[in-house]
Amino acid sequence: MPFGINETMGQYSELFMLLAAGTYTVAFIAFAWDLAKSSKALRAVDLKAAQSVAAAKVPVAAGVAADSAGSRLSGPADRAERPTSSTKSAANAAGGAATADGDMKYAAERRVPARVAVALTVLGAVIHGAGVVTRALGAGRVPWGNMYEFLTTGAFLVAAVFLLALIRRDLRFLGTFVVGLVIIMLVAASVAFWTPVGHLVPALQSYWLVIHVSIAVLSSALFTLTFAMSALQLVQSHRQKTVAAGGTDKLGFMRLVPSALSLENLSYRINAIAFIGWTFTLMFGAIWAEKAWGRFWGWDTKEVWTFVIWVVYAGYLHARATRGWTGTRAAWLSIVGYLCVIFNFTIVNTFFNGLHSYSGL
Amino acid sequence: MSERVKVKKKQSAPAAEAKANAALPALGVKGMLRWAWTQLTSMRTALFLLLLLAVAAVPGSLFPQRPANPAVVTQYIKDHPDYGKLLDSLQLYDVYSSAWFSAIYLLLFISLIGCVVPRAIAHYRAMRSQPPRTPQRLSRLPEYATMVIPSGAGIPASEAIKSAAGVLRKRGYRVEVRDADGALPSLGAERGFLKEVGNLVFHTSLIGVLVSVAAGGLFGYSGQRILVEGDTFVNTLVGYDQFNPGTNFQSSQLQPYSLQLDKFNITFDRESRGKFGQPIDFAATVTTKENPDAPAKQEILKVNDPVTLGGTSIYLTGNGYAPVVTIRDGAGNVAMQGPVVAKLQGDNYYSSVVIKVPDAKPDQLGFAGFFLPTAFVTNEGVSFSGDPELFNPQLSLNSYYGDLGLDAGAPQNVFELDVKKLTPLNARNLPTKGITLTPGSTYTLPDGKGTISFDGVKRYIGVDIHHNPGQVSALVFALLAVAGLILSLYVNRRRVWVRTGTVADGRTMVEYGLLARGEDHRLAGEAAALRKLFSGEWQLEAEDPAADHTPQSQQTPSPTGDNGAGSADNGAGSADNAPGSVTTPAGPTGPEKDQ
Ligand code: HEM
Repeated sequence: MPFGINETMGQYSELFMLLAAGTYTVAFIAFAWDLAKSSKALRAVDLKAAQSVAAAKVPVAAGVAADSAGSRLSGPADRAERPTSSTKSAANAAGGAATADGDMKYAAERRVPARVAVALTVLGAVIHGAGVVTRALGAGRVPWGNMYEFLTTGAFLVAAVFLLALIRRDLRFLGTFVVGLVIIMLVAASVAFWTPVGHLVPALQSYWLVIHVSIAVLSSALFTLTFAMSALQLVQSHRQKTVAAGGTDKLGFMRLVPSALSLENLSYRINAIAFIGWTFTLMFGAIWAEKAWGRFWGWDTKEVWTFVIWVVYAGYLHARATRGWTGTRAAWLSIVGYLCVIFNFTIVNTFFNGLHSYSGL
Repeated sequence: MSERVKVKKKQSAPAAEAKANAALPALGVKGMLRWAWTQLTSMRTALFLLLLLAVAAVPGSLFPQRPANPAVVTQYIKDHPDYGKLLDSLQLYDVYSSAWFSAIYLLLFISLIGCVVPRAIAHYRAMRSQPPRTPQRLSRLPEYATMVIPSGAGIPASEAIKSAAGVLRKRGYRVEVRDADGALPSLGAERGFLKEVGNLVFHTSLIGVLVSVAAGGLFGYSGQRILVEGDTFVNTLVGYDQFNPGTNFQSSQLQPYSLQLDKFNITFDRESRGKFGQPIDFAATVTTKENPDAPAKQEILKVNDPVTLGGTSIYLTGNGYAPVVTIRDGAGNVAMQGPVVAKLQGDNYYSSVVIKVPDAKPDQLGFAGFFLPTAFVTNEGVSFSGDPELFNPQLSLNSYYGDLGLDAGAPQNVFELDVKKLTPLNARNLPTKGITLTPGSTYTLPDGKGTISFDGVKRYIGVDIHHNPGQVSALVFALLAVAGLILSLYVNRRRVWVRTGTVADGRTMVEYGLLARGEDHRLAGEAAALRKLFSGEWQLEAEDPAADHTPQSQQTPSPTGDNGAGSADNGAGSADNAPGSVTTPAGPTGPEKDQ
C-alpha cells in the first residue's frame, strides 16, 4: 500500500517552487546582464586594438587573415570542421580573440554579473530541490508521476546538471538559455499542468517508474544542454565564416561563446552520455512494458517517439563519424533530436491517446 | 545492367555470347555489384537509412494502427471517406509491418552486416599484427614532445627504448621495439582494441535483437479472457475470448493449466482532494493449477505484477462490474441466470449492459442499458454514477423481443444489441417506460413476456495471456548492445611511438608522439601522463626547462575510425620540432599512413 498523502507538505512544495522560479528569474537577468556587459567591454577592447593596428598600417582584418597565413592550420579548408580532441587551434581559427577559450576553462578575468548569476542559480536550485523533496514527502513516493511532477523535477535536474557541469567547465555562456528554460518549465508546470499531491494510478506503481523515468528525465536534461550548444554552434559557425570572409561581426556577445568546433566537441561528449542514458530508458521501458502489459514492444505512441529519438541520436553519432556530415549537419541532427524529445514530452503526453496516458490531466 | 547481360546470355548463340561478354566484360557486372555493395555498406548510406527509419516510424503514431486496435481503424476509415481508403492502400494503418517500413529496416540490417563483417575481419587482423611502423616525423602527430636524459644518467638510447617499452606495457599497451641496438631505436605501441570490439558487439547485438523479436512473432501467442469472480480459465483454445497466434503457432504448445478468479479487490483513493475516488490498488486473488492434476496454489495477480504459469505470463489489464441477473421467459422457465459483464463507459464505473436471452420462449428477449454502482439522477432525469463503489447500485434497461439473429451463425459482438429487427417492450419513450432495478428487485415484463431479477453484483477482471519465446534473448542482446556501446564510446584507441638517440656528448634524446583513432578528448592527458611516467623511469625530476620542449598539442584533427584514410600525415605543416641533435631522418615523404 502506498504511503499516506500529506497535503500540507504539498502546499510547502508549491511555495518552494514559486520562490525558486523567482530566484531563477533574478539569476536570468544577471546572466543576460553579463552577456551584454561583456560584449560591450570586448567591443571597447576591440576598438582600441583596431585603432592601434590601423596606426601601424596593418589592415584591420589582419587578425583573421594572419590566422590562415601564419598559423599551423594551413591544411585543407574543411579541417576545422572535422572532429578533433584538440580544440585550441579551432578557437584560433575563429579569428583573433573572437571566441572564448576552446577548453571552456575558467579564465582569470572576473565577471561579476556572471558570478552573481551563478550564485543566484545555486540558491534557486536549493529552493527548487526543497520543493521537489517536499513534493515527494507530500505524495509519499518519487516525485515523477504526472506532467506537473515531470516538469518540476525535470527542471530541477536541468538546473542541477548545469551547475554540476559548471564545476568543471565555464559554461556560463549557456546561463540565460538554461535558466530561461528552467523558468519556462516551472511556469508551465504551475499554470498548465498543476496537479495536487496524490497517489499513483496502479499502472505506475512499480519500481520501474523510479528507474525508467529518472533516467529518461536525466537524459533529457543532458539533451537540453547539448541542444543549447548545438544551436549556439550554428550561430557561431555562421559568425566565424562571416568574420573570416571579412564581414562585420554583428553578434558581439558571441565572443563569450567558444568556437563552433569546441561547442561541437563538448556537445558530442554530452550527447554520448545522454545517448547511453536514452538507450537505458528505452530498454527499461521495454522491460516495464513487458511487466505491465505483457509485451515489451507494441509501437504505442510513446514507444514510437522514444524509438524515433533514439534513432535520430544514433544518426547523430554516425554523422560525427561520416565525412561531410560533421559540424553544421551534426548540429542540426542534435537539434532535431531535441525537438523530438520536446514533442514526445509535450504533444505526445497530452494529445495522443495511448497506453501511456498517465499525464495526470 | 546486370539484367541486360543475363537476357543476352539466354538468347544468344555461343559466338554471340562471347561477343556480349567481350562487350561487357564480367568485370563490368561484378564491378557494378561491388559498387552497389560499397554504396549500401557505406557510412553515408547507413546514416541515410537510419534517418529514414526515424521518419518512417512517425506515421504509426499519427494514424490508428490495426495491430493495436482494429476497431478504431475501421471507424477511422468510415469517418474519413475521402482519404481513409487511400491511407489503407499505403499501409498506413499497419506501418510497422508495411512493405516500406520493412524494406528500410531490412536494408539497414543488410548494410549493417556488410559493415560489420569486414570490420570484424580487419579488426581481428589488427589485433594480431604488430603496431604500425614508426612514422619518420613524429612531430607531425597530434601529441608530440621530446625529453632529454642527461649524459650522467648512464641510460643509452637502447636502454631508454627498453624502459619506455616497459612503461607502456604496464599501461596496457601492446609494444614492439624496433632496431633496438641501432642508432635510432624506436617503438610502436597500441592499446584500446576493446573500442572496436565494443562497436562490433553493439552492432551485432542489434541483429540479435531483431532476430529475437522476429522469433517471438513466429512462435509466440497471446490472448484475452474476461473472468467474473468464481470463473475459471483453462489454457486451451476454447478458453480464450480472443486469441492471436504467431505464424508458427501449434495448439499443442498450450499447456492446459487453469486459473480461477476467487476475489477481486480494489482500493479507492479516499485521501486526496484532486483524485478522490480514483482506484489506487487492484488485487485479484486467484487459484492456479499447473495442469489438471497439479496441486492448487493461491496467488495474487496485480497490475505490474503478472502471474507466470505454464510458460505464459498472465496480466491484469482490465476490470469492472458484472451484475447478476435471472431472467424467466413467458412460460415461467429460467431462460438465463448469471453475471453479465458490463462494459466501462464513463467515470466511476458508469458501464453499459447488454443481455441477450436466446433461450427465452416463445420470443427471444434482449436488454440494453446501463449499470451504475452509485446511482444519482439529476433533476433533468440524467443518471450518472457518483462513486466507483457499490453504494447505490442500479441497473436501468430497455427491453426488446423478437429474433436476436444469433441462429444465423454469424459471430456477434456480445456488447452490442442490434435492435433493428426487434420490437421494443420497455423504453423511456414508451408508456411502459424503462426498467430500473436495484439488487433484490424483480420486474415483470409487459405482455406476459417474462420477468427479470437483479440478484446482486460481482466484479470481473480482464486478463491478457502472453507467450513470447523471443523475449529473453532480446533482453540478453539488448544488454550486450549497451555493454558494447559503452566500451565503444569510452575506450580510447591510441598509438604511441617513441624514438631515442644518443648524441655525441652522451645525452640521450627521446621523442614521442601519440595518435588517437576515433574521438579522444583525453589524448593530451595521456601524453602528460606518459611524460610523467617516463620522467619517473629515468629520474628526470628536475627537468631543465630550457633544454626541453614542454609537451604540446599539435591540434591535428584525429582521424576517425571509418574514414580510415585520415591519418597522421594531414598533420600541421609546422616545422619539425625535434631537437636538432636527434637527427630524425626526415625524408621528403611524410610519415607513413598508419593503416
Ligand atoms: C540498426 C542500425 C544502426 C544503429 C542503431 C547504429 C548505431 C550506432 C551507434 C549508436 C554508434 C555510436 C557508438 C559506437 O561507436 O559504437 C554507431 C557507430 C558506428 N556505426 Fe552504427 N548503427 C547502425 C547501423 C550501422 C551500419 C549499417 C553501419 C555501416 C555502414 C554502421 C557503422 C558504424 C560505424 C563505423 C560506427 C563507428 C563510428 C566511429 O568510428 O566513431 N552502423 N552506430
